[in-house]
Amino acid sequence: MTETAPDLLYSEAEEDLRAAVRSLLADRTDTPSALARAESDTPYDPRLWQALGAEMELAGLLVPEKLGGQGAGHREAAVVLEEIGRSVAPVPYLTSSVVATETLLGLDTTNAEVASLLGELASGRKTAALAVPFSYGPDSLRLRGGLDGIVRTVADAATADVLLVPTGQGLYAVEADQVTVTALTPLDLTRPLADVALDGARGTLLADADTGRAAVRRGLLAGAGLLASEQLGVAEWCLTETVAYTRDRKQFNRPVGSFQALKHRMAQLWLEVVSARAAARNAADALATGSPQAPLAVAVAQAYCSRVAVHAAEECVQLHGGIGMTWEHPAHLYLKRAKSAQGALGSAGEHRASVAEIVGLPGPA
Amino acid sequence: MSEQQPGADELLARTRELLAAHPPATTEAVDFLKARFDAGLAWVHYPVGLGGLGAPRSFQPVVDAELAAAGAPDNDPRRIGIGLGMAAPTVLKYGTDEQKRRFLRPLWVGEEVWCQLFSEPGAGSDLAALGTRAVRDGDHWVVTGQKVWTSSAHLARWAILIARTDPDLPKHQGITYFICDMTDPGVEVRPLRQITGEAEFNEVFLTDVRIPDAHRLGEVGDGWRVAQTTLMNERVSIGGMRLPREGGMIGPVARTWRERPELRTHDLHQRLLTLWVEAEVARLTGERLRQQLVAGQPGPEGSGMKLAFARLNQEISGLEVELLGQEGLLYSDWTMRRPELVDFTGRDAGYRYLRSKGNSIEGGTSEVLLNIVAERVLGLPAEPRNDKDVAWKDLAR
Repeated sequence: MTETAPDLLYSEAEEDLRAAVRSLLADRTDTPSALARAESDTPYDPRLWQALGAEMELAGLLVPEKLGGQGAGHREAAVVLEEIGRSVAPVPYLTSSVVATETLLGLDTTNAEVASLLGELASGRKTAALAVPFSYGPDSLRLRGGLDGIVRTVADAATADVLLVPTGQGLYAVEADQVTVTALTPLDLTRPLADVALDGARGTLLADADTGRAAVRRGLLAGAGLLASEQLGVAEWCLTETVAYTRDRKQFNRPVGSFQALKHRMAQLWLEVVSARAAARNAADALATGSPQAPLAVAVAQAYCSRVAVHAAEECVQLHGGIGMTWEHPAHLYLKRAKSAQGALGSAGEHRASVAEIVGLPGPA
Repeated sequence: MSEQQPGADELLARTRELLAAHPPATTEAVDFLKARFDAGLAWVHYPVGLGGLGAPRSFQPVVDAELAAAGAPDNDPRRIGIGLGMAAPTVLKYGTDEQKRRFLRPLWVGEEVWCQLFSEPGAGSDLAALGTRAVRDGDHWVVTGQKVWTSSAHLARWAILIARTDPDLPKHQGITYFICDMTDPGVEVRPLRQITGEAEFNEVFLTDVRIPDAHRLGEVGDGWRVAQTTLMNERVSIGGMRLPREGGMIGPVARTWRERPELRTHDLHQRLLTLWVEAEVARLTGERLRQQLVAGQPGPEGSGMKLAFARLNQEISGLEVELLGQEGLLYSDWTMRRPELVDFTGRDAGYRYLRSKGNSIEGGTSEVLLNIVAERVLGLPAEPRNDKDVAWKDLAR
């Protein structure tokens, strides 16, 4: 068994993409408006999504050109997600452009309904959400009987034009006006969650149950793998801000960042961020190349990066002292994003269980 | 720099010429290694005439793979790690032409083993406080003092040594770097037994050791700067080993886990998986670092790798002792030995547990490395210091 080494670096094109996304997000996001939006009826930012998804043509990175996309791949999408994490931007990139899009790519793309929906998602004109709880990992799916009942805590469902609903009868595309979407109060103020009531909904059958199940697994695997890059972005922002703050902030007649008790914690965090980058790039590269190692790479990245993002955000709050505890300082947006993402797309424990199965380290009988 | 660098094709051609002229099957190992050095294929990034061809370092694997496939002998790099990893880059950077010609070839071939005389009982993390004195006597220096944690001292022909040449200057300024002849009658090597029961290190007592001024490396008083080259290379060589999956400390415990289902518990399973993931991520981080170096984008990540492996080795080997239950209560053998090679993953779980305690101390403690990361990578301000402008002789000790 020969393994080619994964490419863990960023290409020049990927760095250019990063610079463009970062510059757009720096222009269009700021803490006061993020906070105002979080407590409004539209917790997402449709104009930012228009700019990012449609005008910059990032919504279609994973979609082949013949289906109306950019024909790029997971490595590029991962770079976009790093920047979204760094700015906690309230856009449905992970849910629509990665999870829902990847799920559709797992279906028969010569099917006109599938191809047309992919084209609309790729153009950024529409968004879709996979109607499963945001906590579901690649192996969590339990199929409901049909288009009935309530799906709890679906991420970005309130903004979605279309819901992809896996059932025992097959995978359906359901227009938003066919369901009742009830917005919830999420821990993460920048990623809206909603319950979706399906009773009486009519949808278009896109695939049979087995094909649908495999496609959903593919969508959730890509989502979990690329969420690691978003978590990397969150962690990086937290470390950078904390270093900058403790370099400036003076107590006892010296910068607090000169105390070893603090600087060792930041150095430790730096090491975790550096490691998270390797894990996240490995997952993105494995997904991009369709490597048979992808399930392991994703499980490793998610089991590792989710904790790093939480640790970085917690250290960010603590090392900022009192200001880190205030509503006006953005640290809490990152803490909430990190803590919520820890339970998204499979917990670290579930991903470790996948690792155990893949590499043959079973638990006690 | 402006000279044309040889490409991979040319290196491959030269390697094949070497193999044709000196068939490994019928050539003495040491003669083959000398021929390889003289062909510039020892370390291709070194200059022509000193075992290299001024080629990019990233081409070395091309040569190594071709030689390995032909069954050529290697220079047993683990046995001469200090020479290759620390002495050689320092001699290359600061040595005179005469020193480079004299020392590098027997060093690389493995005819002359090197050791490092840096740490002292009173100068560990604060290495610059070292007190071994070197006093000028005509065209010689007379050196007296005590060094410690010296691996290979009992095998070594030469040592890299730093000693104080001017106690009236602040500590970083009065140090000079020498090459010390370990066969000098004033050099006494005593084994230093450690918590594993073995003595892989030594104490070295220097009494009126005479070192010719021609064996000084760099300027008088410039030893601290010269030593930085040695120390940076030490950290790279400690943290920069390439590993396959499960190639490090996690390997033995994963094997035991698979072979001994009766030892498994839920608690140990969760901890094992967490460490397995961390070990895999550390391996990937090292791989990413190497890819950056090959791509000519060296990053500061190197200083972090040693920190990561030290902690992981300790936690994993600790878990392994627990996993073994009753057997974990036993130890293979406390007999005092002087091993020629150090194998962190060798022997039994108890040995691995005890030996790995050194991983966060040797080559810079984890606490010092965290300071280095914080100050040099993150740009955090240094702690206020009260020793920078004080003459060495007036420091508290």
